[in-house]
Amino acid sequence: MDRAALAAWRRHLLAGDLLVLAGGLVATVASFLLLWQGEVPDRAIVRAGGAIVAELPLNDRRALSVEGPLGTTVIEVEPGRARVASDPGPRQYCVRQGWLSRGGAVAICAPNQVSLSLNGGGASHDSLSY
Amino acid sequence: MTRSVTELPVTADDIRIARLAAAAIALTVAEAAIPMPLPGVKPGLANIITLVVLWRYGWRDAAWVSLLRVLAGSLLLGQFLAPGFFLSLSGSLASLAALGLAGWLPRRWFGPVSHSLFAAFAHIGGQLLVARLWLVPHDGVFYLTPVFLGAALVFGLCNGLVAAHLLADPGRTPPP
Repeated sequence: MDRAALAAWRRHLLAGDLLVLAGGLVATVASFLLLWQGEVPDRAIVRAGGAIVAELPLNDRRALSVEGPLGTTVIEVEPGRARVASDPGPRQYCVRQGWLSRGGAVAICAPNQVSLSLNGGGASHDSLSY
Repeated sequence: MTRSVTELPVTADDIRIARLAAAAIALTVAEAAIPMPLPGVKPGLANIITLVVLWRYGWRDAAWVSLLRVLAGSLLLGQFLAPGFFLSLSGSLASLAALGLAGWLPRRWFGPVSHSLFAAFAHIGGQLLVARLWLVPHDGVFYLTPVFLGAALVFGLCNGLVAAHLLADPGRTPPP
């Protein structure tokens, strides 16, 4: 589109229109931030057999070994995220889930009765049972 | 043949509203053929007609054109009394209410683009409200709100610009 045509369209935007447009943009961005960002998690909660065995702050790099009926599950924490690094379970679902970073995210290693969840956000499950 | 005893005088108003509503209905049907990535996200081209009518002939005519468009459009698309019809109706009623309020704004500073944006946001607001209260009684419906608001912003701006463009050229719209 050439410059003259653009200027012709621009003429239809009055001062108040620009104000309303800016207001709409703010509302859209605000709704995005409010509804899609969720709560930023700050702790990883590790459960074994239903009981909480550790709450790790998500501001440091560390690994934790948890014993279950099948063997050892290794949980890894990095700033802002956590994952199940290894698990003796046969299907490896919780390991293949990779890094969790959203509030309320959960990785469940059901065979070894270990779960890793992040706090914050609406929990995606009602309860865990092994 | 007996002459009909009922008299239905057709005024110039009726003819004008019918013509404009027909244009809005044609746009609604044409728009239904455009594939959209999300249900509920539509350009709302018929609102261009509503805006032109509002600006030229006032709120009463705009309400007639808008509601006739919802009714006849849904009949043509086979949506009459289906959930989509009620969403469309609630969106239109909300827009008309917003346009009624926007009519108080000074026209020197607030042009058709402002009206279009208010109508677009009210439209999606009314639809989400009815969807939440009646169709999907769960807060999950609000999850896509940012997408709907973004669409309202973009399409509200585009429709408003087109309406302003049509209104700027008196030859393009029928005289009052």
